[in-house]
Amino acid sequence: MTTWPILSVVTFLPLVGALLIYLVRGDDEAAQRNARWIALWTTLITFAVSVILVLRFDPGQTDFQFVEKSNWLAAGISYHMGVDGISLPFVILTTALMPFCIMASWKSVKNRLREYMMAFLILETLMVGTFSALDLVLFYLFFEGGLIPMFLIIGVWGGPRRVYASFKFFLYTLLGSVLMLLAIMALYWNAGTTDIPTLMHTAVPRSLQTWAWLAFFASFAVKMPMWPVHTWLPDAHVEAPTAGSVILAAILLKMGGYGFLRFSLPMFPLASHDFAPLVWTLSAIAIIYTSLVALMQEDIKKLIAYSSVAHMGFVTMGIFAGTMQGVAGGVFQMISHGIVSGALFLCVGVVYDRMHTREIAAYGGLVNRMPVYALVFMVFTMANVGLPGTSGFVGEFMTLLGTFKVSIPTAFFATFGVILSAGYALWLYRKVVFGALTKPSLASIKDLTLREGVILFPLVALTILFGVYPKPILDMSAASVQQLVTNYNTAVTAVKAAALLQ
Amino acid sequence: MIQAIVFLPLLGAILAGLIAVLGAHARHPSGDEVEHHHDDHGHGVADAHAHAHDDHGHDDHGHGHDDHHVAEPPASGTWAAQAITTALLFVSAALSWAMLVSVGFMHHEAGVKELLPWINSGELQVSWALRVDTLTAVMLVVVTSVSSLVHLYSIGYMDEDPNRPRFFAYLSLFTFAMLMLVTANNLVQLFFGWEGVGLASYLLIGFWFQKPSANAAAIKAFVVNRVGDFGFALGIFAIFLLTKSTDFETIFAAAPSIAGKTTINFLGWHADALTLTCLLLFMGAMGKSAQFLLHTWLPDAMEGPTPVSALIHAATMVTAGVFMVARLSPLFELAPNAQAVVMFFGATTAFFAATVGLVQNDIKRIVAYSTCSQLGYMFVAMGAGAYSVGMFHLFTHAFFKALLFLGSGSVIYAMHHEQDIRNMGGLWKKIPYTFAVMTIGTLALTGFPGFAGFFSKDAIIEAAYAAHNPFATYAYFLTIAAAGLTSFYSWRLVFKTFFGTPHDQHHYDAAHESPIWMLIPIGVLAAGSILAGFPFKGLFTDPHGVEHFFGESLKMNPHILEDMEHMPFWLGQLPFIMMVGGFAVSYFFYVKRPDIPEELAAQQPLLYKFLLNKWYFDELYDLIFVRPAKWLGRFLWKKGDGFVIDGFGPDGVSARVLDVTRNVVKIQTGYLYHYAFAMLIGVAGLITWFMFMGGQQ
Repeated sequence: MTTWPILSVVTFLPLVGALLIYLVRGDDEAAQRNARWIALWTTLITFAVSVILVLRFDPGQTDFQFVEKSNWLAAGISYHMGVDGISLPFVILTTALMPFCIMASWKSVKNRLREYMMAFLILETLMVGTFSALDLVLFYLFFEGGLIPMFLIIGVWGGPRRVYASFKFFLYTLLGSVLMLLAIMALYWNAGTTDIPTLMHTAVPRSLQTWAWLAFFASFAVKMPMWPVHTWLPDAHVEAPTAGSVILAAILLKMGGYGFLRFSLPMFPLASHDFAPLVWTLSAIAIIYTSLVALMQEDIKKLIAYSSVAHMGFVTMGIFAGTMQGVAGGVFQMISHGIVSGALFLCVGVVYDRMHTREIAAYGGLVNRMPVYALVFMVFTMANVGLPGTSGFVGEFMTLLGTFKVSIPTAFFATFGVILSAGYALWLYRKVVFGALTKPSLASIKDLTLREGVILFPLVALTILFGVYPKPILDMSAASVQQLVTNYNTAVTAVKAAALLQ
Repeated sequence: MIQAIVFLPLLGAILAGLIAVLGAHARHPSGDEVEHHHDDHGHGVADAHAHAHDDHGHDDHGHGHDDHHVAEPPASGTWAAQAITTALLFVSAALSWAMLVSVGFMHHEAGVKELLPWINSGELQVSWALRVDTLTAVMLVVVTSVSSLVHLYSIGYMDEDPNRPRFFAYLSLFTFAMLMLVTANNLVQLFFGWEGVGLASYLLIGFWFQKPSANAAAIKAFVVNRVGDFGFALGIFAIFLLTKSTDFETIFAAAPSIAGKTTINFLGWHADALTLTCLLLFMGAMGKSAQFLLHTWLPDAMEGPTPVSALIHAATMVTAGVFMVARLSPLFELAPNAQAVVMFFGATTAFFAATVGLVQNDIKRIVAYSTCSQLGYMFVAMGAGAYSVGMFHLFTHAFFKALLFLGSGSVIYAMHHEQDIRNMGGLWKKIPYTFAVMTIGTLALTGFPGFAGFFSKDAIIEAAYAAHNPFATYAYFLTIAAAGLTSFYSWRLVFKTFFGTPHDQHHYDAAHESPIWMLIPIGVLAAGSILAGFPFKGLFTDPHGVEHFFGESLKMNPHILEDMEHMPFWLGQLPFIMMVGGFAVSYFFYVKRPDIPEELAAQQPLLYKFLLNKWYFDELYDLIFVRPAKWLGRFLWKKGDGFVIDGFGPDGVSARVLDVTRNVVKIQTGYLYHYAFAMLIGVAGLITWFMFMGGQQ
């Protein structure tokens, strides 16, 4: 049906944009303006092309679509791209959020602007590539390659403690990826190929499953991040520039969850089943622990970062519940969190650009001078709390519902997050937005500009739309999730039956 | 028709919200540059000054007082916003009454209207739908009638507030969420409405966002409700686990096959599945309806404007819990142990809140505790299986409690935002109309024969007497006692406010009757406080009337209504005797011998303080929940994340690497003999190893 390699175009178009920016010489005002506009148009066109993917996507089909395959390295390692209902939402999320990130950096970044824009465009290529790669080696390249631009974004354009934060980020993620590389090699020697669709249908010996699962888990758990390997996230968020935080929270974190869905569950179902209680425990701890920690934060970004860890706890819990609602809820929660947490960081960026501080105590009473901002921030706060009618509710509800079926204690403890999230989110809102405006430094602060409105209003619309009508996302992923869950449960029951026979 | 009833308020909310946002946007400049202190200095200072002045206005009035002295001009489009929302609400109310007639009496139009799919995943099929039956229709009438009257009243009451478009948007938003709640056809949409009214309540309690106490109360209301929702959510999950559905019809059909047969292992407790589910769901109802243990938010919610208290915290939202139990009556009827718990909490709340109400001095808080207590009565009826009786009290209570709140608002308005009844007195001459309607409301609340509360409250006490429930006797005595206490504190409020000598001559002289916008709604509610009783008695308490009126929408205990009729005559007179007794004591205390209450308080300081401080629940919760949570949060952050994880993780690793390199650096001394010595040792070691290893081979 497709006559042109549409997926590769979506993946590599940003790289072309980066090249164009590189060709723009000079560092004067005109060159900077060109760099901005090239970046914006590149991301917009990329998004437009990715919309074609949605239009041509057949949600009823469980196989990979828009598949491209050509020989690449050794036998069994090929350039293989394609998306299914699980990966397509993430591709769209990435391409849709990038223009917002470019616009959010429009004025706040002045130093080395060309390099900044190039870093973001390269990052986009690597992220889209991660979600559409169907070969382990290719996936590994994209997955780990994403580290480098992010490392640079934090390390070069970050806040005062950027070096510490970027190294912490790098250390954690690198540790995980080394183990994953070993597991990839082991899989290659086992099956003779690194082709993901083939591997998904190849039975892996039980012992190898365990070790490979653990190795992949090390990498994905850090990316998620799961408790107790989450401490890089608050630091990275605090030091990263606004757009960096948005990408980090909205998309990079989702790579962990995507990895669980693409590798752990389908390739190592038995190990996943064995380790599910571990994941549930870590998830429930993450939800309660980080929510409590979030209650006590003094830095806006840190608070949102901790709340992200808690929300990702719902995702891992739902995925490893292995039920239809749990897994579909996990996918939905990731998309929803991408929109909501990204928007929350953009909201922080709005006031950070004005006041150059992220300390909660430095704010108070913003509603008196920024009524539109207060409204927008309220919508995202409520989505963060998981109020029904916002997208935040659907994911949380589905993951909890799906988990309750298989593990009541996990769902019970995780539901405490419902209470605690209300506590920290409303407390933050009250401290920053409500109250009387008494601080002299805030006396002349002004409301959202048109540019900021253009960034935030579409996200408000999406948050409410997907809260009231989540069907587009749920339908897109339903068939693939159904197949994943069925295969997983078949594998697990087969082993149980075999154990009974013996 | 049902779509119009539900969505007209939403339309009003959106329009008023747009007016509010656009108006606010026009008043406040946008821009991402913050002016520095030297340029445009005058502007910044003037602005800060204006705001400082505003705060001053708030502080002057202190705790719990409405602010009417803001110098800001009213927002543009205020009248448009008021007119649109109020008119749409009246249309919605008129349609609701028509709906009640056609559903309840003519038995038309009952059914479910599907609107949109919502959450679909595997077995989970949830859709947006509007369900209409008699139970819903009764709630529709209550919600839209009180809401439209409160809208009208607010035009007068809020007339000096500059942010009226926002206020009316919130009011209409609340009404929409409440209507979604009562028309829900599945538990998830019920939960949507449930949280939606919570959001509106949060926004309205914190409407005066410059007051710290209002903000604190708003957050408290939301978080305490979330504690209840924690149970509600788990209840939904349990229902889905048992029946694979959240639709009421499917659940009700499946319930008999589950009752007593299935157990759930809930944290090691092998509970009867249906009992557990009902208890979890009831936990949600306890939060929303401010029942004992989760009641602490309701008195604080009085920080909101008075019309809000009337609408949300008296007539509608707080009755959502009662409605939920009534809606799920087919489940609760099959779980007698859960019913016992419902009755226990209802009776305890009825009594507990009444005792606290005895000594409060804030006019709105007295009425708030009274609300809490009356909600307890409703749950007693629910626990007895007399759902229609509980709904009857919900119906009558909506009128007379909204009346009492709006009447209190009228008093507060007359007294220039004085809320302490110790500073009032003798007001009946100044505001005779308000006095008259407050008296009607009090008569209805205390259950004076002929008034609405008489029929519904006595029916509840009879139901408690007739119920076959482990807590029936407990509930019977506590509700009887609470009836006496209710009479006492209600008349105390009236006597201290309207009789005796004025305590604040300045405010007394300035007291005046409220504008017509406010008097009309109060008058209508006063009429409702009389008419909601006797004419509806047959529909809610007569066995045949109930069956005919409610039909399938409630599953009553099959014997309760007949048994209620067999109550001994003298026991049936007990509530009346208690009511008269309460009145007499109150009259003696506050009209004849006003010195006695103070003496009593001085004689019994412990009891008085215990009651005045609301049984110390706030202090207790602060001690056992709030402080430990904060301490734990800080501990986990500093020690857990900072010390343990980072210490042994990245920071520790990098520190060790640094240590190693530092020591390695130390070895590089630069002296030749050091290197030579090290080499010698190495060579010796190598040779030794080869000798021994070689020997083995």
